[in-house]
Amino acid sequence: MILDGKIPSGPLPEKWDLRRAEMKLVNPANKRKYRIIVIGAGLAGSSAAASLGELGYNVDVFFFQDSPRRAHSIAAQGGINAAKNYPNDGDSVERLFHDTIKGGDFRSREANVYRLAQLSCGIIDQAVAQGVPFARDYAGYLGTRSFGGAQVSRTFYARGQTGQQLLLGAYGALLRQVKLGTVNLHPRTEMLDLVVVNGEAKGVIVRDLVTGAIGSFAADAVCLCSGGYANVFFLTTNSIGSSVNATWRAYKRGAFFANPCFTQIHPTCIPVTGEHQAKLTLMSESLRNDGRVWVPKLKGDQRSPEEIPESERDYFLERRYPSYGNLAARDVSSRAAKEVCDQGRGVGPGGRGVYLDFADAIRRLGADTIRERYGNLFEMYERITDENAYNRPMRIYPAPHYTMGGLWVDYNLESNVRGLFVLGEANFSDHGANRLGASALMQGLADGYFILPYTIANYLAETKPGVITTHFSEFIQSREEVSAFTNKLLSVKGKRTPAEFHRELGKLMWNNVGMTRSEASLKEALQKIPALREEFWQNVLVAGAGMKLNQELERAGRVADLLEFGELLTRDALQRDESCGAHFRVEHRTPDGEAVRNDKDFSYVSAWGYQGDGREPELHKEPLAFENVDLAVRSYK
Amino acid sequence: MNLTLYVWRQEDRNDKGRLVQYEARDISRDVSFLEMLDIVNEGLVKKGDDPISFDSDCREGICGMCGQVVNGVAHGPRKKTTVCQLHMRHFKDGDTLYIEPFRARAFPVIKDLIVDRTAMEKIIESGGYISVHTGGVPDGNAVLIAKRDADAAMDAAECIGCGACIAACPNGSAMLFTAAKVSHLAMLPQGRIEAGSRVCVMTEEMLKQGFGNCSNHYECEAVCPKGIKVRFIAKLYREFIKAKGNL
Repeated sequence: MILDGKIPSGPLPEKWDLRRAEMKLVNPANKRKYRIIVIGAGLAGSSAAASLGELGYNVDVFFFQDSPRRAHSIAAQGGINAAKNYPNDGDSVERLFHDTIKGGDFRSREANVYRLAQLSCGIIDQAVAQGVPFARDYAGYLGTRSFGGAQVSRTFYARGQTGQQLLLGAYGALLRQVKLGTVNLHPRTEMLDLVVVNGEAKGVIVRDLVTGAIGSFAADAVCLCSGGYANVFFLTTNSIGSSVNATWRAYKRGAFFANPCFTQIHPTCIPVTGEHQAKLTLMSESLRNDGRVWVPKLKGDQRSPEEIPESERDYFLERRYPSYGNLAARDVSSRAAKEVCDQGRGVGPGGRGVYLDFADAIRRLGADTIRERYGNLFEMYERITDENAYNRPMRIYPAPHYTMGGLWVDYNLESNVRGLFVLGEANFSDHGANRLGASALMQGLADGYFILPYTIANYLAETKPGVITTHFSEFIQSREEVSAFTNKLLSVKGKRTPAEFHRELGKLMWNNVGMTRSEASLKEALQKIPALREEFWQNVLVAGAGMKLNQELERAGRVADLLEFGELLTRDALQRDESCGAHFRVEHRTPDGEAVRNDKDFSYVSAWGYQGDGREPELHKEPLAFENVDLAVRSYK
Repeated sequence: MNLTLYVWRQEDRNDKGRLVQYEARDISRDVSFLEMLDIVNEGLVKKGDDPISFDSDCREGICGMCGQVVNGVAHGPRKKTTVCQLHMRHFKDGDTLYIEPFRARAFPVIKDLIVDRTAMEKIIESGGYISVHTGGVPDGNAVLIAKRDADAAMDAAECIGCGACIAACPNGSAMLFTAAKVSHLAMLPQGRIEAGSRVCVMTEEMLKQGFGNCSNHYECEAVCPKGIKVRFIAKLYREFIKAKGNL
């Protein structure tokens, strides 16, 4: 099937205005008759739920943590982009649009990206009004810094905790609606199924993580804001609870999964130390503003960094990408680091690391300025590694971080299942094959504050409220299926824990479907994943019972979904026989190792439709038309 | 290294609860405290025992989901460090560790080391925000904010809402938590308009939720993983007195 993104006609800068003008509205007095379910309470979920509540809708928000303030948006460090052009350095909506399209290696929708750039400025204003304490200069004006993939300074920040402050802003707006009675919170509750009635999303089945009770909730529309699926790689910068289950269960109820192979590997993370590590920690990319990335020129050089003279160091990003230097896009920087380590020039235990050196910046600006800019990051680095980065360079290595793929949505953020809206990292829409730094916060909040409140009304206006209840057979059946799934996990009583299966899946995905991919590695993964999944269902050991708090059971359910999802991701990587952005197929590279796109054959969004367990999913395509940008070779040289 | 653990086990909020002894064997000094518990749990599961339940999510010290009392100190022995960022290199081979939940009158135990912190959320819900609608706001640079004020607001806004301050307080007071939010917003011009009503409703809610009052022990600041200062409590009092004077 050729998918229609429902992009408005008209010139690019006017498309969103045109769409807003043509969309239907819901009468203010009727809004309170509608109920909307929001899954996830991060930036996208909290901003959407708060805005919908303000408009007068009844909103139910479900999240697995104990408070919306814990959602993983909180861990975003560096900043949020906006085309304010406050520094007068040549920024504009056009330029943010171009940078984002180029950063995504021409695999995103022009119209969506342009709208995102247009809405970016309003997000900063909204956050300031909420009391987000962004960095200010001495005259009281908002400060900015530079981020990867851009030559202007457009990233707004609150120390190294920008995600935290933006989430707390949205959280305040959300709790205000809770007090006003428009929003109900359902903490410690996990979505385990989407209920579709007559082709439209009308509810969810959830598990209360404290009592273990399975519950049904009906609504007039469902919004998934459940984040990404990087934890398919096990060792990632994502939180322990981040998983694919909400979007995966929606996929199994008919929603298309788009571009699952577009997964971002972040260049500046703290290297792996040992087998029992539960996760990896990211160091904000903003560090690359002042830090210089290097490795020894010599293979296997065991000297400590201060003993290696300048002439024997290879500042490989500055050498390979002179115009962007240490600020080359994330995928490019990550692969360059992997290459020097593969050549045997990596540093630290196991040789999987490169230096990020602040010595020059400290000489130029003084340690106090560096402390002011990155103090909390240096502290975090010391807590984890026991090393002081003021005296010796940090060691960093790429790690899975963000996923550009997600459920397919049209321009209105509505999936192919009517009434199912998907926001933030959970959808696929704006970042193409690679996301630029500081763009995730921008997208999550643009979706929640400024897009969904308009587009959901257009759907609801055609929907009679409150018709579907949990007494419908679809709810009863889905609930039985969820209970059966939980009981099945508990009944295997095998020998290996869910964590062991997760670790093994992660290793397989990282080695075969990670930073570089080949036809052979992908085909091997397609053999091994189903075998591992089969073993899981015969040999998983889930302790405890279903009708009580059981963290092993939660983990097992998430791993079961990842074991299915990993196969789809791999299948997508195999069909995309080109290199683009973060998707790097070794068969398609230039002699000096850069990605080679194939626009003639692959300028499309791949959207997979579920066909039943054990059957191959169906590939649908949405052609990408570029009317306003030239499909250039992406270069940071 | 090898350690002896005494861990608080409690089936649910009605169970009496008890300390149970476990051995943690061959623990690397480079794993975090929670990773050490993961290893102990993996062993328990394999033996067919019920693993220890504890909260955690981001495991990088920012989400505020984790929190345990280790040898009598909320978040353990290292300053400005949550248990998820506490590494085992700060313990010695042969150490004995007592691991308990965050205890306070307002924090009922859900299971083992997991407590219900809804009471903290109720304080924010009562008025810990600026009542702004989505859209229709002025340009971010329309109201200038002195760097000094923006920095001071950020110092308070860094609170991660973990509840360690409450667990450490002999009175089970949420004063530092409440003061951090009151101060963050009161120090910004956009938060001034509601500053008076905010401090009144938030302190009232704090008492209603069963949190005690502040009697200047400063245990809260000592355990705060973000180093939030008790001077914000003085700021809260000042805002409170100003507000009551205006009523």
